[in-house]
Amino acid sequence: MFEDFTKIIVDFFSNLFLSRKSIKMGIYGPPNSGKTTLANRVCKDWLGTTMGTTSPIPHETREVKIKEKIEIKKGNKRLTFNLVDTPGIATKIDYEDFLKYKMNEKEAKVRAKEATKGVIESIKWMDNMDCVLVVVDAAQNPYSQVNLTIIGNLAARDIPILICANKMDLKKANLKKVESAFPQYKVIGLSAEKGVGMEEFYSSLFKLVK
Amino acid sequence: MLTIQFIPYNQIAYLEPDEKIRKLLKEVKLNKIVLMQGRLNPGEETNLIQQTMEVIDENFRGVEICTVYPEAKDALGKLRTFFLGSREGVTVIGPASIVKEIRRNPNKIELLTTDGKIKSLKKKGKKR
Repeated sequence: MFEDFTKIIVDFFSNLFLSRKSIKMGIYGPPNSGKTTLANRVCKDWLGTTMGTTSPIPHETREVKIKEKIEIKKGNKRLTFNLVDTPGIATKIDYEDFLKYKMNEKEAKVRAKEATKGVIESIKWMDNMDCVLVVVDAAQNPYSQVNLTIIGNLAARDIPILICANKMDLKKANLKKVESAFPQYKVIGLSAEKGVGMEEFYSSLFKLVK
Repeated sequence: MLTIQFIPYNQIAYLEPDEKIRKLLKEVKLNKIVLMQGRLNPGEETNLIQQTMEVIDENFRGVEICTVYPEAKDALGKLRTFFLGSREGVTVIGPASIVKEIRRNPNKIELLTTDGKIKSLKKKGKKR
């Protein structure tokens, strides 16, 4: 009887603690910056599963995807969050761009239509986030308007940001350029595909949500 | 022929946010490159992206957008930004069918049109 009562009390406080720590962590960025690759890496490292499919074709992720209760550990510290992978934000979507990837016209038009809806969905979800990982391609010019718009919007909403300079395994990758583009934010260089820089990335997550 | 439409700040400053975006998109959909005095605030920028996504079809493929503005580093600059607000800087918005790419680097805008010609719109330092 006493044990049952104790269990109820422990469960109650555990759930209370869990729900407080279970935050919504969004992954935002332009198409093909490696958002889903990073989401997959996190899921693989802590859950042993993946989150979504990746592809060299832009706008592979066209719907918001959520992986709940990911718990990461560092020493005695634990952090539980829901990871929200969002479609890439773009200012233009041309169905003809998809034709280059051996799609027929009908498939390309469907993909373009779905991609436009995905962008709208991504923007709508911004308000729901507790913190955001902005994934930028370290081999591309960081001063793109999409990067600036995403970061400006999150800053205006007072949402904590961690900038992930992804694809650091590429020769053209330039971490310093990304850092100088966003001097007021913490920038982490990593390669989600190769699993490089993940230790520093996970440490930064604890600082991001503290 | 390439048309560049200049929109002075006072022409859109007092419009409702939705109305402002509609006006800009209307010009861009007419295949004009809009050169707007000042900049959109972050909410207006996402509103522009959302409204653009809603009207994308086979003929209209979206927009390219770029903004440059002087960073307020000293007290005088911050004071100037406070009073002048989003009037500072310049915003370029063009239809994706004409403007292939806009490169911001960071005080210079390079406009790459689909015929391969580069039109460079250089912002002269921090002069106003």
